[in-house]
Amino acid sequence: MGLLTKKDASLILDPLADNNPITIQVLGICSALAITAELEASIVMAIAVIFVLGVGNVVISLMRNIIPSKIRIIVQLIVVATLVIVVDQVLKAYAYQLSKTLGAFVGLIITNCIIMGRFEAFALGNGPWKSFLDGIGNALGYGVILIIVGFFRELLGSGTLLGFPVLGDPIAKTGLYAFGYENNGFMIIPPAALIVVGIIIWVQRSKNPALVEEN
Amino acid sequence: MHELKMKYQGKKMAPAFNAFHTFLFAPNETTHAGGTHVKSADDLKRTMNTVIMALVPVLLFSMFNAGYQHFSAINGFPENFSLTEHFLTWDNFWIGIIKVLPLLAVSYGVGLLVEFIFAVIKGHEVEEGYLVTGILVPLIVPIDTPLWMLAVAVVFGVVIGKEVFGGTGMNILNPALTIRAFLFFAYPTWMSGDKVWVHEARERADQIAEGATGVDAISGETILGYLAQNNEAAMSAKYSVADMFYGFIPGSVGETPTLLILLGGLFLIFTKIASWRIMVSAVIGSLVMGLIFNQVVALEWVTESSGFYGLMSFDYWKHLIVGGLAFGIVYMATDPVTGAQTNRGKWIYGFLIGFISVMIRVFNPAYPEGVFLAILLMNVFAPTIDHYVIRGNVKRRLKRLSNATILPKDSDSKAQELQAETV
Repeated sequence: MGLLTKKDASLILDPLADNNPITIQVLGICSALAITAELEASIVMAIAVIFVLGVGNVVISLMRNIIPSKIRIIVQLIVVATLVIVVDQVLKAYAYQLSKTLGAFVGLIITNCIIMGRFEAFALGNGPWKSFLDGIGNALGYGVILIIVGFFRELLGSGTLLGFPVLGDPIAKTGLYAFGYENNGFMIIPPAALIVVGIIIWVQRSKNPALVEEN
Repeated sequence: MHELKMKYQGKKMAPAFNAFHTFLFAPNETTHAGGTHVKSADDLKRTMNTVIMALVPVLLFSMFNAGYQHFSAINGFPENFSLTEHFLTWDNFWIGIIKVLPLLAVSYGVGLLVEFIFAVIKGHEVEEGYLVTGILVPLIVPIDTPLWMLAVAVVFGVVIGKEVFGGTGMNILNPALTIRAFLFFAYPTWMSGDKVWVHEARERADQIAEGATGVDAISGETILGYLAQNNEAAMSAKYSVADMFYGFIPGSVGETPTLLILLGGLFLIFTKIASWRIMVSAVIGSLVMGLIFNQVVALEWVTESSGFYGLMSFDYWKHLIVGGLAFGIVYMATDPVTGAQTNRGKWIYGFLIGFISVMIRVFNPAYPEGVFLAILLMNVFAPTIDHYVIRGNVKRRLKRLSNATILPKDSDSKAQELQAETV
C-alpha cells in the first residue's frame, strides 16, 4: 500500500466488515429496510450516501476548529442538508424515474444515523484526509449491506436483477417459472429486509465469534 | 442401532444417532442416583404424543373431507346426505391420500431435517418440538399448496421462528403459525381467495382461462369468504349450521371439523396437556366480540350497504364453528411455550385471542381469517402480560405484608411495638 498507511487503510476496510455500520453498530437500519426492494435503488442510495458522507466528513473536519460546540449539531445539519439537496437535484435531473422510486428517502439521508454519527464521532476530532477515508469506508460498509439485501430481495421477490428477468418470465411461464416457481411476495415488503439483515448479522457473527456481544 | 449409538458417542453425528435410538427404543440410561431429580413419565415426548393423538381424528376427517369437497364441487352436494355413503368412501379417502399425505410428509421431512442439522451443528440432542408442529402445518394450509412452497416455508419457520431463538422451548412465536404467516405473505394467491380451498379448483380455473371446454369451474369459496362479500344467502343455501359444526365445508385442510376439534380439546384438558383457561377465555373473547358486532347491527348503526354487514350480522356463536377459530384456540393458542404462563395471564391472553380474531375477520377485508394473526400477536405480548400479572401479584403481597401483624412469641409489648411500626 503505497498510497495509504496501514492505519489509513484500516479506516476504509474496518467498516466494511468487522465494524460495519449496519451489522455491528446497528445504525442506518431505517433506510436499509425502506429502499432495498430493488437492487438499483440500493446501489443509487449507496452512491448517494458515499458522496454525502465522504464530502460531509471533509467539510466538517475542515471546520472542526471554528465550530462552537454548542451549535455543532445545527452546523452539521446544514452541511448534510446542503449535500443531500445536491444529490436530490442531480437525481431529479439525470435519473428522474429513480428519484421517484427513492422518493422521500433521498431527503431522509439527512436523518441517517450513520452520517451524524461519523460527523460527531470522527470528523470533529480528525484531519480532513483521515475523515475522508473514514467517511468513504463507513458509507461503503453501509452500501455493501444495502446491495446484498437489495440483491436477495429483488431476486427472490421479483425474480429480476437491476430490472432484468433473470429467472424467466412469470407471465409467459418461462425459465424457472415453467416448473411452478413463484415470486416470494414476502420479500417485497420491508419486514423481509429486517430478516435478511438479521441473517447477515447471524452469518457474520458465527464466522467471527469475537464480534458476539457478551450479555 | 445401539451399537451405532455407542460407536458415535461424543462424535459430531452423535445427536442424530441418539435421536434415532430414542425414537426406536426405550433409552437404557437413567438419571443417576445422586442429586435431586423429579422423575416423571410425563416428559416432552409424552406431551407431544398426546397432542398428536388429539390431532389424528382431525387429520383422518380432513382426508375424507378433501375428497368430499372435491367431488361435491363437481357433482353438487348430495341430497339425503349419509355419512357412510357420501363421506366415508374410498374415493374420498384416496384424494386425501394423494393430497394430504404428501403435505404431511414434506412438513415432517423438511422440518426434522432442519432440526437434525441444527442439533448436529450445535451438538445438542434432537428435540421433540417439531413433532406437533409437523402435523399442525399440513392441517392449516389450503389443500393445493405446492409442496415446494410448503418446504420453503417450513425451513423459514423452523430456522427463523425457532432455531435462532435457541430451539424448542425458547421460541417467541408459534412455529406452525410462523410457517403459515410466511406462506400467507409470500404466496398470497395460493393462500386466499375462492380457488384454493377445494382440490383442483385452481387447475380448472386455469384450464378454462386457456379456453378448455368440457370442464366445469369449481368454486370453493369458504363461508367467511361468502360473508365478506355480503352473500349470506348463497352461503346458507349451500351449507347448514350442522355442516359447519361437523366440518363438511371447504377450508384449510384440517380446520373444519369443529366437533372433532372439540373432542380433541376435551382430551387435551382431561390429560392436562393444554390449558382450559386459555380455551375457555378465548371462546368467551370471540363470543363477546361477536355479540358487540351483532348489537351494532341490531342498533342499525351499519346497514346492508356496508361492506362489513355480512360478517357483522353473522350470529355471534357461529364464529366459533367456521374458519380456523376453533382449531386455533384448541391447538395453537394453548402452546405452552409461546402462551402466557401465569393463570391470570392465561385468561387475558386467551380472551384477547378470541376478541382480536373476530375483529380481524370482520374489519380487515384483506384477511378473511384473522386467527393466525391474532395468535401471533398475542404470542408477542404474552411475556408482557405475564410481567404485569407477576408485578401485580408482588404488589398485592407487599401490601398484605405491610398490613400484617407480626406476633412474636415472647412478649405482648413487643408485638404492639411491631404493629405500630408496620402500620
